[in-house]
Amino acid sequence: MKGLAFDLAHLLAGGLVLVSFMLLYQDRLYSLLNVFALQAVVLSLSVAWQAYVQGAPHLYVTAAIALVFKAIVIPVALHRIIARLGIHREIEVVVSLGPTMIAGMALVALSMVVMLRVTAEADPLAREDLAFALSVVMLGLLMMVTRRNAVSQVIGFMSLENGLILAATGAKGMPLVVEISVAFSVLVAFIVIGVFLFRIRERFDTVDVQALDRFQEGRR
Amino acid sequence: MNLSDLNGVTLILAIPAASAVVLALTPGYLVSARLNMLSAFLTFVSALTLFAHKPDTGSYILVDDLNIVFIVLNTFVAFTTSVFSASYIAHELEIGRLTPIQLRFYHTMYQVLLFAMNLALTANNIGLMWVAIEMATLTTVIMVGIYRTPEAIEAAWKYFILGSVGIALALFGTILVYMAARPVVGEGLGGMDWTVLLAHVSAFDPAQLNLAFVFLMLGYGTKVGLAPLHAWLPDAHAEGPTPISAVLSGLLLNVALYAVLRFKLLLDANSGAIAPGPLMAILGLVSLVFAAFMLYRRRDIKRMFAYSSIEHMGIIAFAFGIGGPLANFAGLLHMIMHSLTKSAIFFTVGHIAQVKGTQTIADIRGLTVSHPLLGWGLVVGVFAIAGLPPMGIFMSEFLVVSSTFAREPWLAIPLVIGLLVAFGALLLRLHGMAFGEPSGSNAPVKASWAPIAAHFALVLMAGIYLPPPLVAWFQHVASLLR
Repeated sequence: MKGLAFDLAHLLAGGLVLVSFMLLYQDRLYSLLNVFALQAVVLSLSVAWQAYVQGAPHLYVTAAIALVFKAIVIPVALHRIIARLGIHREIEVVVSLGPTMIAGMALVALSMVVMLRVTAEADPLAREDLAFALSVVMLGLLMMVTRRNAVSQVIGFMSLENGLILAATGAKGMPLVVEISVAFSVLVAFIVIGVFLFRIRERFDTVDVQALDRFQEGRR
Repeated sequence: MNLSDLNGVTLILAIPAASAVVLALTPGYLVSARLNMLSAFLTFVSALTLFAHKPDTGSYILVDDLNIVFIVLNTFVAFTTSVFSASYIAHELEIGRLTPIQLRFYHTMYQVLLFAMNLALTANNIGLMWVAIEMATLTTVIMVGIYRTPEAIEAAWKYFILGSVGIALALFGTILVYMAARPVVGEGLGGMDWTVLLAHVSAFDPAQLNLAFVFLMLGYGTKVGLAPLHAWLPDAHAEGPTPISAVLSGLLLNVALYAVLRFKLLLDANSGAIAPGPLMAILGLVSLVFAAFMLYRRRDIKRMFAYSSIEHMGIIAFAFGIGGPLANFAGLLHMIMHSLTKSAIFFTVGHIAQVKGTQTIADIRGLTVSHPLLGWGLVVGVFAIAGLPPMGIFMSEFLVVSSTFAREPWLAIPLVIGLLVAFGALLLRLHGMAFGEPSGSNAPVKASWAPIAAHFALVLMAGIYLPPPLVAWFQHVASLLR
């Protein structure tokens, strides 16, 4: 049982990293949303498995929140925003695919090396979860840097938060306060983002963040 | 809740929280501006009672000699800013930059922000502290974007993205601290309780603590505005309402710095971990020198003072990084002086920008001729922030420099260069704005002088004479910081 618990947790956390890579090379917004929803499902499974293994029923709540909000509500809402703005065909990457993927691999390797070496004394399940979680966080950051469309930056940020939730649930017995707050913060963040997207729409005909930059010129 | 629970801490949390609800329901802006003031004042008074009676340390709330200084400073500047805000927004409403609905929203957010900052300062649980700082970030993001101009939206978006990334890194660091604590403290609340952590930190795995601190330093450092993570700060200061610029510079940066200090104390207590001081000192020094040179190229008055905030947060982080009784004392004093001076400068600048109708430095000329009080207020403020005697910042900067000479003479060279460069830049810009042929509107200004005068008086007093009990208190707090 111990072996199975370990392997499944490993599989799911590794799956999360894999889906993060998939996010990196999506160049259309709808497919990006679908992959993000997939990531949320994997996260939810991973959290639920942790809840079962650790015998910590409150983690099921976190899993449910991940499933309902991140896999269903947010993708659907963003889908609508994209449809309303008519930007679904847009292909927008700042850095081309090859370098992005190579950078992503380097970041994952870096996270593994750092985390596994540093946490040599922690229990194996938690430490490998943490290494995967750091990889997901790094890939989320990379995505935010290499995209310039507001919607994909938001998705990059949320995938980064997925990594944080993986880390928080992997740390056995971490107080509930934090999990709820993380989920809560995602919600609040989403509201803020929603407001912003509409405000950006009021002023510009695009949600391309670079369009905002021209207001910067001449003031620097 | 029974009456015995009613202590200073519950009050400084409950008053802003309750006022936020009340203000959300109050339609008239005159009433709500006054309510805002009243609530901020009551919060300040409640914070003062903490000196007399410190509540017991619980698993969520901690009041010790270190954070009382932050809380009192925080609530005081929040109160004076609310006074300034009342006259500022009256003008914004007149010229139609804000609608009554937006104002209601603005007042509510102001109180939520105060609540979040007080919670972050009193939290004993590192998870709770993180939640509070995130909440403070989100409220300020909304307030920065309140004017809805393209520039304001851009600034808010940039602030939101960079602030969220910083805060995400800080959460990862918080989780790592818990992971390091778990084998020693056990599972559950204890692993996030700061006092418990401090008691057991010497037994933690140093490698994990090191890694955690790197994340925490970068995460909360983004919120402090340390270079190279400062990119959000000038935009957020320049495009939001001026009271928010004052609160950001005077308070929120301090709150983030307080979080860094708490974790620095943890690392200091573990003999195997890296010394956190040098990392802070380097980041602080880089911010100071970088911001000092950036000051020369600024064309927007609020943006210029935002860079000056980066410079001063750099000095403060540097002083705490150097450590030792004298440098910590200087850091604390400088933090207080900077908060008071910078918020007073923003009050003055807010009125100047309103009466002249512009924030562009080149379009503001001859203020001492057209508006003597405002003009000389700006002169006093810039003299104070540039570190001229007899103002308090001169004294704290002098202490920082002399303690650096005593400890690490080489570091004093870039420090002094940074200070001098910033000094030159500020005076250069001041000259054009304050003197010469006046430009723009000559209309009389309905300013609120009391907060500006109160802040400058305090700064002047600190520069001339610090009462011995206050010095003893600061020395005591500085010794807590190692």
